[in-house]
Amino acid sequence: MTARPIAAPPLKPRVRWRPALLRSAPLKAAVILICVLWSLPTMGLLVSSLRRPEDITQTGWWTALLNPLGSDWTLNNYATVFGSEGLGTAFLNSLIVTIPSTIIPITMAAFAAYAFAWIKFPGRGILFTIVIGLLVVPIQMSLIPILRLYAGLQLNGTFLGIWLAHTAFGLPLAIFLLYNFISQLPKDLFESAAIDGATHFQVFMKIVLPLSVPALGAFAIFQFLWVWNDLLVALVFLGVGPDVRLMPTALSVLVGSRGEAWHVLTAGAFVTMLVPLAVFLLLQRAFVRGILAGSVKS
Amino acid sequence: MASQAGARSMSAMTRRLVVPLGLIGAIAIIVIGGAFLADREGAPKLLAIIYDLIGSHDRADELRQGIGDTTLAKLLLGGVALLVGVGGVWLFYITASAFVGMMKPNRQARIIPWVFVLPAVALLVVFLVYPTVATIITSLTVDGGFAANYGAMFSGPMIAVFRNNLIWLVVATGGSVFLGLIIAGLFDRVRREALAKTFVFLPLAISLVGASVIWRFVYVWRPPSQPQYGLLNAVWTGVGFDPINWIATPPINTYLLILIMIWLQTGFAMVVLSAAIKGVSIEVIEAARLDGASERQLFFRVIVPIIKGSIITVATTIAIAVLKIFDIVYVTTQGRYDTDVVANRMFLEMFVFFRDGRAAALAVVLFIAVLPVMFLNLRNLRTQGIGQ
Repeated sequence: MTARPIAAPPLKPRVRWRPALLRSAPLKAAVILICVLWSLPTMGLLVSSLRRPEDITQTGWWTALLNPLGSDWTLNNYATVFGSEGLGTAFLNSLIVTIPSTIIPITMAAFAAYAFAWIKFPGRGILFTIVIGLLVVPIQMSLIPILRLYAGLQLNGTFLGIWLAHTAFGLPLAIFLLYNFISQLPKDLFESAAIDGATHFQVFMKIVLPLSVPALGAFAIFQFLWVWNDLLVALVFLGVGPDVRLMPTALSVLVGSRGEAWHVLTAGAFVTMLVPLAVFLLLQRAFVRGILAGSVKS
Repeated sequence: MASQAGARSMSAMTRRLVVPLGLIGAIAIIVIGGAFLADREGAPKLLAIIYDLIGSHDRADELRQGIGDTTLAKLLLGGVALLVGVGGVWLFYITASAFVGMMKPNRQARIIPWVFVLPAVALLVVFLVYPTVATIITSLTVDGGFAANYGAMFSGPMIAVFRNNLIWLVVATGGSVFLGLIIAGLFDRVRREALAKTFVFLPLAISLVGASVIWRFVYVWRPPSQPQYGLLNAVWTGVGFDPINWIATPPINTYLLILIMIWLQTGFAMVVLSAAIKGVSIEVIEAARLDGASERQLFFRVIVPIIKGSIITVATTIAIAVLKIFDIVYVTTQGRYDTDVVANRMFLEMFVFFRDGRAAALAVVLFIAVLPVMFLNLRNLRTQGIGQ
């Protein structure tokens, strides 16, 4: 036997319950069944999007999956949705709307969160309570007045209108989460920076921002997905004009106009899912971390 | 020495000049950029000017006549937005901080927090505080005022809408939390846990609209003489029943729409609860085993009470999303076939019936419904230390 150093206690004790019994066949079967059941709907979509229109409505998608070599596969449906069905434009629009709508609120929220956490000023407590209190307000409360305001400013149907709306709607949660993170940074950092004569701006740039990267990243993922997947705000402030449609609005329009054209709908739905799925699969860890920090906007 | 001091005062002089100019510049960028972005024709016009500058007058003319390709113009618009939105906002913070930095120290200390806080607070006032007040006033004054707008909620169809929302609240929330809990408990005991979780978790990245299309395809109905290519009806007819038009058949349709939400939200519940389960100390579990608890008892009598806080967090978060549910109903039925919910009804009142008073009243009702749930959520979050 080799001498081993005394093992440090594991950080998070993993719960393992009677392994021998519980890794039994029924448990495994149940787990596999759950995974299959959960994937079936998406699988049906993906498989159908690769089939010819006439095949989709003649036989169930599972017949093609069970006999992959005997079926005709095609990418034409994707060409159709990107071209004549206008999802190419919608994809571009979604990118243009989503990127600023993610970066701007995070910037503003980070500055505000730092001030709320580490600068004493009169009214701070009340103001912070109000900002957090705004988490309670459903977006529905804002729709009518903002729509009227935009009508006056001629902002309805413009990207500026939706950037501003998404920025504002994202702020309470962003400030809340970033405050939770920034206020937990060690106090010594700020005290020694103050002794060195650093200004608040320098402290923010040199200490707060670099240390907050995990929190900023986690929130960025969620805000990005939220804006990308949003239907209501896009429908109300941008509308369904072919020029300004975003992915979810474009897809919902397709459902309305081509409700039974499943070759278009399946490919279209899969296209709208591409970016979120890529973000999710590439950044799964940050995604989980974000969820555990309370990033889910509801 | 003297020249050094001179240089320093020079640089202080230039600072005094540059910083205010920078601040004015930042504000100008935001204002002018905002005006440009607000102008529907702004981007094509700018692109036409750029084309003229690089000598391609044909394209410039095409754009001015509105027949050119707008893709580039749109990309230009996005670029300007990033420049104004990110660049302008950053420049504002930088120059405003530097500007305040030139003031006397105690005045600095008073003003700097407002520089940091004000942009966010200003947006919140315009987009959330003012609208909340305005919506409440609208619900009390427009379309017959309080009595008409809130009284309309006691009519037959509206009661059905509220009933549906209540079913959604109970079934979707309960279903997601229960399934998430069970799955978290089951998956915790297998070796490929992370992989298995990914399958359940994946739908969380999908939009509600995308999920609605996915499930509409599962629920497809064809007349009995035709092939059933919808999964549910294929199974249903496979067992010998006649195909059912699920989406158009109340009351089962509401539950099938709820299933879409459960499919999406279970992954969220699973992730949070799985982390909570792993946080239960091994000693507690060993002690329960020594006392002779069965695995089921161990899970429901020992572990579930310990992670109660996390369960409340998950339940309240999902409940808030469910109360405001809109996308699924809008995409699948638009509220027909007795599936309407409050948020969809509000949308219809706004854009189909043009009764802002009714719509505003529904928004207020949603607000009031969300209030206690959110309060519970925030209070629980604080005692849990989640989000810290």
